[in-house]
Amino acid sequence: MIYLEGSKDSSSMTAAVRKSNIIEDLQRDILRLEGYKSGNNPAVDGGLGPIRDAFPNASFPLGVLHEFLSDKPEDASATSGFACGLLAKLMGNNGAVLWISSNRKIFPPALRAFGIQPDRFVFIDLQNEREVIWAMDEALKCGALTAVVGETREINFTESRRLQLAAEQSQVTGFILRNNFPKINTTASVSRWRITSLPSESIGELPGIGFPKWRVDLIRIRNGRPGSWDIRWIDGEFQPVPKLIPSAHEEQKQVG
Amino acid sequence: MGNRFVSIWFRHLKTDWFSIRQPHLKNLPFVLRTPSHGRMIITAANAVAVMRGISCGVVLADARAIFPELEVQDDKPDLVNKLLTRLAEWCIRFTPIAAIDPPDGIVLDVSGCSHLWGGDTFYLEEIARKLNARGYDIKLAMADTIGAAWGVARFGKESLVASGMHSEALMSLPPESLRIEFETVMRLHKLGLRQVRQFISMPRSSLRRRFGEHLLHQIDKAFGHEMELMQPVQPIEPYQERLPCLEPIVTLTGIEMALKQLLETLCHRLQQEQKGLRSAMFKGYRVDGKVEQISIGTNRPTHHVKHLYKLLEGKLSLIEPAMGIELFVLEAQKVEDHFSEQTKVWEGSGGLEDIRVSELLDRLATKTGMQSIHRYAPDEHYWPERSYKQIALEEKLAIPWRTDKPRPLQLLSKPECIEVTAPIPDYPPMLFRYKGKLHTIAKADGPERIEQEWWLQQGQHRDYYRVEDVEGNRYWLFRLGHYHDETYQWFIHGFFA
Repeated sequence: MIYLEGSKDSSSMTAAVRKSNIIEDLQRDILRLEGYKSGNNPAVDGGLGPIRDAFPNASFPLGVLHEFLSDKPEDASATSGFACGLLAKLMGNNGAVLWISSNRKIFPPALRAFGIQPDRFVFIDLQNEREVIWAMDEALKCGALTAVVGETREINFTESRRLQLAAEQSQVTGFILRNNFPKINTTASVSRWRITSLPSESIGELPGIGFPKWRVDLIRIRNGRPGSWDIRWIDGEFQPVPKLIPSAHEEQKQVG
Repeated sequence: MGNRFVSIWFRHLKTDWFSIRQPHLKNLPFVLRTPSHGRMIITAANAVAVMRGISCGVVLADARAIFPELEVQDDKPDLVNKLLTRLAEWCIRFTPIAAIDPPDGIVLDVSGCSHLWGGDTFYLEEIARKLNARGYDIKLAMADTIGAAWGVARFGKESLVASGMHSEALMSLPPESLRIEFETVMRLHKLGLRQVRQFISMPRSSLRRRFGEHLLHQIDKAFGHEMELMQPVQPIEPYQERLPCLEPIVTLTGIEMALKQLLETLCHRLQQEQKGLRSAMFKGYRVDGKVEQISIGTNRPTHHVKHLYKLLEGKLSLIEPAMGIELFVLEAQKVEDHFSEQTKVWEGSGGLEDIRVSELLDRLATKTGMQSIHRYAPDEHYWPERSYKQIALEEKLAIPWRTDKPRPLQLLSKPECIEVTAPIPDYPPMLFRYKGKLHTIAKADGPERIEQEWWLQQGQHRDYYRVEDVEGNRYWLFRLGHYHDETYQWFIHGFFA
């Protein structure tokens, strides 16, 4: 219950509050029925700051499929950086991640800078993208994993639906990294992200490159509010840059 | 029919083994040494060395004084037992019961075996010939008791003691032939008892009083008054199951049933012996003589029937029964220890140790091949491409991952050539062109020089720079070679997040 101070018409206010409470409860019920766990994931949400508010239940959705888009290798690197930051939080001390790819560029020793023990990753290197989708499907059914990352350019709706269902069933989180994707198509993934690198800010008077900084665009999120944020990666933690930029989608929604 | 035993005496067991592996040692005086109380002691000498008066237990320096050109090698501990066990297993071709008799012998229970070789003489000749051909210098004897065979082999002149004649054969041998302690032997010699016949008829009570209980036991064993037990070697049975069929099998259902049945029996055995298989082969022998086979591998030892069945099932379509398969064989080629209590602890805990992860990887490997699965550990190299190495799923890290130097999250498998404008030597570049696009550099760190590891590969060093262009993209560039060398080249090697 919210305590309202100095309310003049207390009876009508309490009624309104009660109504909004009921609506909130119902919304939470709907989310639960849709497969979102109601509990927070403090480990993941910790550093995300304002981005949290975009998620349903204000908590990073686990056991679902997330899609990351990028169209040049520089952004692909930024995307994998952001994804690794999330994975590090997800994995904790005893997680295991399968990284499935047909054209892997990830440099294992660099993962340590993102708070990941690179030896807790198992890399599956396959011949083509169809095998990647098949392997992801198999891996997402294995409840002992923390997350499954798949690198593929293309994925159609049916395939993504299958992966999403597998993820919901096993509560394993799936990440699809689509670098150099041919076209944006409809997929069954719960969210669609786009990460681009931003010029780093110098640390005080020091010359050289500062901490990694990215523009995080949450283009689509089921039952959430898309948005755009600037975020930095400092000493193994996300640190949002306070300024909030309303995304194009948000503006459209307001207009409509 | 009475029992018959053969005792084989390897006169130079260890040195023979070395000579078989290094044939040039055969005709040289050659000894093995081992450190003891700060000195080198000779533990074995070959026939040539013995002829020159060098024997076991002598200090190496003394032996060198006798014969300076002595060939010396380090002794291997536990060699004798391993070698004897292997030889005893090999001797199973002559008799089903063979036992090792350390430090230098093998005992065979050959009761009822020799007639298969055409009599005792031929039998013994065959054993001696085969062992000599392998390069071992042996003496052997056959008698009714182990003790008599042992004594005759080492101290007798004949090798064959006829049935019932072992007591007579022992009479003329020295007391050592009774396998008694060195002190007792010395005492017997001191008393002038140089042959068994001289003291064998003495009253037992006085023998016991003088020389102890052990001598009487050994006499009883040698003369056959007391049973002597052998501990035969047991060779490891191969993990293999066979299923012959009355009618040739042509249907998939039939093959599946055969596979299931074989897996169940094999896994049952594995489970009882606390083993798990790492690789298995399923063979079908066809009526027309061809062999159809499929094989699988696993990441962790397992004896889980359902899981293994699923792995093999995926490949069953590769078996072509044609006219029919008459014999199925399932073979576990690689078997490792597997303790089932452990899996209970790990189960459900998640992470790489979880059994479900290794089962998933097995499934992936069955379809895409074992070579597609990689797990990495840091390696002790600075050169970026060599800074990590592949390890198996259950391996632990030997050294921790380094975090002190910045490394790009994405590394190009092969550095790509770029055009660069750099102002002054060893300064980071100002501009570079990569894939037709011009990048203006705003910030840079470096250089970090990484030298080529000359003991592995020849080549020039790399000077790495971490740069950021005006758009905010971060790259890892390097210059190969010195700025002054004219031949230097610039490359892009990775992308930072």
